[in-house]
Amino acid sequence: MSKEQKMIKNEVAKLVKDVVTENAGEMDSSGAIPQDSLQKAWELGASVSMVSEELGGFGMDDSPITTAIVLEELAYGDMAFAVSTTLPSLLISPLVSMGTEAQQKKYLPLFCAESYNPCTLAINEPHFGFDVTDMKTTAEKKGAAYVLSGMKCFVPQAAQASHILVAASLNGKGNLFLVEKGAAGMTISERENNLGLYSLDTYEITLDNCEVAEEDRLGGENGCDFDAFIAKTRIGMSAIGTGISRASFEFGMNYAKDRVQFGEPIVHRQSVAFMIAEMAYEVDAMRLMTWKAASNLEAGKDAKREAYLAKLYVGEQAMRVTDFGVQLLGGHGYIREYPVERYYRNGRGISIIEGMATV
Amino acid sequence: MISLELGEVLEQSRQGMHDLATNLFRPIARKYDIAEHEYPKELDLMRPAPKKEPAEGAEKKAEPPKEEKKKEKSKKPKFDNLSGVLSVEELCWGDVGLMLTIPGMGLGNAAIAAVGTPEQKMKFGALWAAMAITEPEAGSDSASVQTTAVLDGDEWVLNGEKIFVTCADRSDIVVVWANIEPSAGKAGIKSFIVEKGTPGFKLEHLEHKLGIRASDTGTFVLKDCRVPKENLLGNPEVKKKEGFAGVMQTFDNTRPTVAAMALGVARAALEFTKEKIEEQGFSLSYDKNVNNVSSLEKEFYIMEASLEAMRLLIWQAASMADAGIRNSLQASMCKAKAGKAGTQITQKCCELLGPLGYTQNNLAEKWMRDVKITDIFEGTGQIQHLIVARQLMKLSSSELK
Repeated sequence: MSKEQKMIKNEVAKLVKDVVTENAGEMDSSGAIPQDSLQKAWELGASVSMVSEELGGFGMDDSPITTAIVLEELAYGDMAFAVSTTLPSLLISPLVSMGTEAQQKKYLPLFCAESYNPCTLAINEPHFGFDVTDMKTTAEKKGAAYVLSGMKCFVPQAAQASHILVAASLNGKGNLFLVEKGAAGMTISERENNLGLYSLDTYEITLDNCEVAEEDRLGGENGCDFDAFIAKTRIGMSAIGTGISRASFEFGMNYAKDRVQFGEPIVHRQSVAFMIAEMAYEVDAMRLMTWKAASNLEAGKDAKREAYLAKLYVGEQAMRVTDFGVQLLGGHGYIREYPVERYYRNGRGISIIEGMATV
Repeated sequence: MISLELGEVLEQSRQGMHDLATNLFRPIARKYDIAEHEYPKELDLMRPAPKKEPAEGAEKKAEPPKEEKKKEKSKKPKFDNLSGVLSVEELCWGDVGLMLTIPGMGLGNAAIAAVGTPEQKMKFGALWAAMAITEPEAGSDSASVQTTAVLDGDEWVLNGEKIFVTCADRSDIVVVWANIEPSAGKAGIKSFIVEKGTPGFKLEHLEHKLGIRASDTGTFVLKDCRVPKENLLGNPEVKKKEGFAGVMQTFDNTRPTVAAMALGVARAALEFTKEKIEEQGFSLSYDKNVNNVSSLEKEFYIMEASLEAMRLLIWQAASMADAGIRNSLQASMCKAKAGKAGTQITQKCCELLGPLGYTQNNLAEKWMRDVKITDIFEGTGQIQHLIVARQLMKLSSSELK
């Protein structure tokens, strides 16, 4: 980590400590993240840092590794918080890297204001065998417009978002479309209830012949590099999975160090200590896989394979590590007074959900 | 702290090792798996050239003065450990048994290089040195070695039995661990250079093993074996406070190396499996949801991810050592992971390959046998987990047994 990266990491860690650590349980049971916490995170500017200054951002270099560090740190506090606070980047980041000049000028300033303006990405679909490479939501060219049809789910903050970036298949290829709130043919459901992410409001979206102007196809006439975008979101999800797992590992370890049974701390027993050792190296491995994929992007190389393997690995290991976290606390791990059950529920999402974070 | 991208220099040296593994190791891998205990004479190509007498002194003059040299060194980042694990991965991709028996590259050589006096390095540096630590009653608990060394005039008199000595037959000398003051416990453990042919030093027998058969493993008996006083390696003082820590620290460097062995073998198995999968018309595209591909492909992806995880944990430990950062924790973490994952990957490859993974017509069955040693020697997987847990939670060995 460079000096700058360490500084950024510490700043995010401080924010997490101030507004998340103590409150994550409360946010989870109340189902909402307080507005002022979101605003505080927004003021750090992570989502808009790579937008050019003239369009309202900071004009910083886009560093996927730094973003991964930030995401891990946020998710170490809480996954729902990490997703909420970086949500705008799911629209901003592809816009910056793949949008036409006109699209950038039109949309970017909307999301670089001083206050948090929700926008989101609709990519997951509510059916068995969902595959981001083979989406059932379709786009069809009709005259000067594209017509979108299909269902989307797990769309964070869709009800508040002024714009939704919708992923749809056009002639069998993934594409992204900028859809404004209230577009005809787009219906947003009641809030969803999921296994995890209680404090993140997500929605199902129905697209019924929803018309999008042709200039709102991301990248214009030729579309965008959808695979590259997916790779970036996979790295983002991996960073988040690493953060949740680290939280579960540290909480479980500290608990087990203090927990006395049969006259001594339970970590004096190999069966417990070995679980902790395994959690430790798996968390490191998860982080390194994430960074390796991000590093490929920084070096200007393709990251498809690395991002795929990172998300696969992190998805598998996040379940294992967060399971160990619950197990270390025994019965207490099952009670919502402790955070490990939340890590366990949230951790399950990494391998299932696509595109809730990006680098 | 990790180097995530290899520079051109490391990439080139890696490629060089890969070529060596392809051309020298692979073609004879099966031959010496079958001809256990026979020295692979093809490896003579790698035998270090005998040291020239420093008669001319011409070479010495060419070197820049010491100070200048130092300055130059400190400017460049060091990659000794990283380049080491890269080489080991490549060579073990070729064959781990052969890699373990490269002339002049025994564990004893590493010990002499690390703690030998200039005189010892001069006298023994060019010889092939094996290392004798393990005893029938001292396996993972290497601090409990029973072999003793007693000073008698100008000679140490060694008595005891040493097992599982790699390169037992082929080496020229053996570095033997013995206790010079058993009452001081592990602080009394020192190592001694014993030359082959010394009276009272006998190679009892060679083992027949599950794998790494190209590398010979033997048992030595030391019976009133007398070696010169100056053959004690390093410091003869018994420091009770420092104890065993110094000795154990050398493992910080060797554990990533063993982990890299597991990586090399597992990669060989995985590449072979990939070849066979692709022959069946599957193409690995790295994009589809793993639940929408065949279970064969899914298993493959999971193994490949696991292989990457092993590699990065190894690079992390090696990069830290290169940067001069203490890495005992990371060294044990990478070995714990690699020993386990390497074993699992080679087993699973045999499973996916079916009959092709069971027959000796291919190397897959051999890789499964070979890699198992990496979860055993230089500290078993269980010992690595113990070390990791103790270090993480600052527990002593009496608290976490």
